Amino acid sequence: MIEVEVLVVGAGPAGLAAAIAAREAGCSKVLILERDDAPGGILQQCIHPGFGLHRFKEELTGPEYAQRFIDRVNAENIPIQCRTMVLDISQDRKVTAVSPENGVQVFSAKAVVLAMGCRERPRGALMIPGTRPAGVYTAGTAQRLVNMEGLMPGKRVVVLGSGDIGLIMSRRMTFQGAKVLACVELMPYSSGLKRNIVQCLDDFGIPLLLSHTVTKIHGRERVEGVTVMRVDERRVPVPGSEQYFECDTLMLSVGLIPENELSLKAGVKLSPVTGGPEVDDSMQTGVPGVFACGNVLHVHDLVDYVSLESETAGRAAAAFALGCGAGDVKKIPVSDGFGVRGCVPQEISAAGSDDKVALSFRPAGVYRKAWWRVRSGDKVLHKQFAMILTPGESQRVELNRKLFEGLDGVVVEVVQSEEKQ
Amino acid sequence: MICIGCPMGCVLTVSRDGNGELQVEGATCGRGKAYGIKEMTAPERTVTALVRVEGCRQPLCVKTAKPVPKGKIFEVLESIKAVTAVPPVNIGDVVIPDVCGTGVAVVATRYVRRG
Amino acid sequence: MFDVLVVGAGVVGCAVARELSRYALKIGVVEAKDDVAMGATKANSAIVHAGFDAAPGSNKAKFNVLGNNLFEPLCRELGVPFIRNGSLVVAFAESEMAHLEELLERGTGNGVPELEILSQAELRKREPNLSPEAVGALWAPTGGICCPYDLAFRTAENAAANGVQFRFNAPVEKVERCGDGWKLTLEGGETLDTKCVVNAAGVYSDILNNQVSAKHYNIRPRRGEYIMLDKSEAGCFSATMFQVPSAAGKGILISPTVDGTIIVGPTSDWIEDRSDTETSDFGLEQVKRVAARTWPGLPLRKAITTFSGIRAHETTGHDFVLGEPDDAPGFFNALGVESPGLTSSPAIGRYLAGLVAAKLGASKKTEFSSDCGLWPKIREMTPAQIEKCVARDPAYARVICRCETVSEAEIRAAIRCRVGARSLDGVKRRTRCGMGRCQGGFCTPRILDILSEELGIPQEEVTKSGGASKLLAGRLFGEDRQ
Repeated sequence: MIEVEVLVVGAGPAGLAAAIAAREAGCSKVLILERDDAPGGILQQCIHPGFGLHRFKEELTGPEYAQRFIDRVNAENIPIQCRTMVLDISQDRKVTAVSPENGVQVFSAKAVVLAMGCRERPRGALMIPGTRPAGVYTAGTAQRLVNMEGLMPGKRVVVLGSGDIGLIMSRRMTFQGAKVLACVELMPYSSGLKRNIVQCLDDFGIPLLLSHTVTKIHGRERVEGVTVMRVDERRVPVPGSEQYFECDTLMLSVGLIPENELSLKAGVKLSPVTGGPEVDDSMQTGVPGVFACGNVLHVHDLVDYVSLESETAGRAAAAFALGCGAGDVKKIPVSDGFGVRGCVPQEISAAGSDDKVALSFRPAGVYRKAWWRVRSGDKVLHKQFAMILTPGESQRVELNRKLFEGLDGVVVEVVQSEEKQ
Repeated sequence: MICIGCPMGCVLTVSRDGNGELQVEGATCGRGKAYGIKEMTAPERTVTALVRVEGCRQPLCVKTAKPVPKGKIFEVLESIKAVTAVPPVNIGDVVIPDVCGTGVAVVATRYVRRG
Repeated sequence: MFDVLVVGAGVVGCAVARELSRYALKIGVVEAKDDVAMGATKANSAIVHAGFDAAPGSNKAKFNVLGNNLFEPLCRELGVPFIRNGSLVVAFAESEMAHLEELLERGTGNGVPELEILSQAELRKREPNLSPEAVGALWAPTGGICCPYDLAFRTAENAAANGVQFRFNAPVEKVERCGDGWKLTLEGGETLDTKCVVNAAGVYSDILNNQVSAKHYNIRPRRGEYIMLDKSEAGCFSATMFQVPSAAGKGILISPTVDGTIIVGPTSDWIEDRSDTETSDFGLEQVKRVAARTWPGLPLRKAITTFSGIRAHETTGHDFVLGEPDDAPGFFNALGVESPGLTSSPAIGRYLAGLVAAKLGASKKTEFSSDCGLWPKIREMTPAQIEKCVARDPAYARVICRCETVSEAEIRAAIRCRVGARSLDGVKRRTRCGMGRCQGGFCTPRILDILSEELGIPQEEVTKSGGASKLLAGRLFGEDRQ
């Protein structure tokens, strides 16, 4: 049994930031376990620019953003044990892991930070009819093959789903000499950033087919084509709208799912809305001493906020490990109101070491010229105007903890009325 | 054109008025106007790409240190394709000092160790 | 010259070959596709039927009950997971209860033990997720579940360990009489001579038979589509849940699998093309709609994959055709083997091997290897057991598939074994790599590398399942390999 103060599972942006914060908060024994060959997580393969504008006030690529944190981890002498797969986490924070270098190891951690990230929704989850040939890839797998392995998954590509990874990969495949025929999106709006739609599709004349979906995959051995159909308001394909695209690859960018199999083993309760653990504002799950941050908690749009959130988790994990956590304090539940999906955290502590409390959520639909607010009964704690709210862009605010004093619960909601103050 | 400033995605129409000045219609904020004019007169993009590395299959990722003219993207990509990096490579190492006469360098965005 | 050539490396062909390998014979298996278990064996309900369904006196009834008895010891011998979870046939209206009585009577006649009709209250207690509309059910405790392709792999490995030769990518185009024996012509013109032939060619078995015998048969392919749910739903039902066949159709079953996932299906649609394993909008909708009768809360968002398989239904007698046609001595049929074919396969294997051995006057070998090519699976081990494995081979500590916890050593073992994997799907079915909830999203690039290394081919030549199913279009920087 190896004793550790703060054990971090995953060396992606979340795990790296949490580990650094834990060290800075006074923990000497911090350890990061990583299943891949190198730290950096998904950022390793995100070679496009657009990271760090909030955090570093400059535009970095994924590997550059990750390296800034890896450098700090190294400077702090925090060990990262790569090629290490965590097999089990018990409720009392015994962590079993296996690696070629160290065999089976059991760690006893005073605090655990879950930072395993997320995975992509696969084809099977969409139940697209047709054949099951080679050439159906999720965008992230294609991204790894191209950007890290130097391998080309295909030459004529149709992209299903207009998530940012799908858009980014449309451009990458175009850059590498492939022909991207179309990006097909089931919803009447894209879940990707406007900037990516313009710079990854429009720049190269790749059509974005909104309210369309792939209804059939053709080709017995390798993909030979896909049938695309328009869908109605209920997302049902409209007969007669079939279009056939001859292609050798179907790339899927249809959503991310927090990867919480280990969390469940640790007895952590998951939110059915976010797919991640339910946490308080220190990112502590329902299991004392087990914290969660990054995409394992909820899927983020910006890595900058992953870093912020993970630093909160790292600090709180350190406090818990050092025995100076907040202890048993009153928790104020946060609930999703109209137009709000998956507000994180689900609870706010009446007392805590941080003066600020961060709240974030995803709009449940598209709302133009709308307000969103944090309310408790008649008392409005915070109110914010937005020209537009969309599910593709999560909203975030930091509030003073004092605001929550004496409350029994708050609701976060969208208000569509034209009232202005 | 569609503004990329925020999720609004305002549809901008850029035209020249009687005095030859560019006018942006449809923008709901100042940033949109500026974007419309820039995108109309001198659109630029940061290009990221992959470079062959001597002695291994895995490529090196690189970027243009500054945005380059949009019209030169594929020319820039061709130049980058012709390069072979030799390890070790550090983040920020210059791979091409001045790509396609743009005055912009292409730099490495990842470490490659060993030789 | 072979003593016996078995055509088809499905669960039936492998079973016959393995049983034959107990005799001093030169045995070969020729398979059209690139791997074992590529036809109905890889895509069926994975149910070991109790045997109450088949018409009394039929081969289906006889071999089902025999096979069911053999299944448990066979699976233990071969290290194949088998669970006797029992089967329930659920009635959703009082009017359907009579049908249960019929099944009970028929099953008892077929020799199925311990059949029982359960009341609504008893049913609720056992299966709390079952629709409240259910009024009663037939309980068949001898029903079970297994992994059909794992059974085929282990059977093939054990057969190979006992001297059986396997030939893949070798479709048989013609069978003809040649002296006292038979000549098989493969696609491409190569010929193989043999004293006896076992026709286990699945949906193509009628074609072979009709080349050699005047007694013609007709296989009509019938497709069944399935939806697989994530193992997070494990425990939703403990038994295999059938529905009483009604005017609306044969019903859709919901069953746990030995891997912890949930299988829902199949549809039953006549098709023209024997190789058409597409899924259809229509079929998947039907699976969802009909399965919801059994499980109103069917969580479709937990679907991890969909697939279809083809049953080889024989239309002249609607039964298995087993044995030697009168006018084709030395040619043995295992024709029209559809459900309950998996359950029957151990019994069919014994039966046909016995017939062939008698024909050839073969004697049993003194030695029979029990080696079925098993390798340790870290998913099934305690940390202490993993530690031991890792001490021997550190590759057991490199986890490649996160969802199903499969190590690099297991993937290499699956490629290196006697009847080893040659493709991504071959690795997947032997190890469960990529069968989990991410469906290969993370592990595919790594398995590509391992296959490339083990097979000595570049990554861009690696296929999903043989033939032209290449996974890649090439390299970023041409053919620059160093």
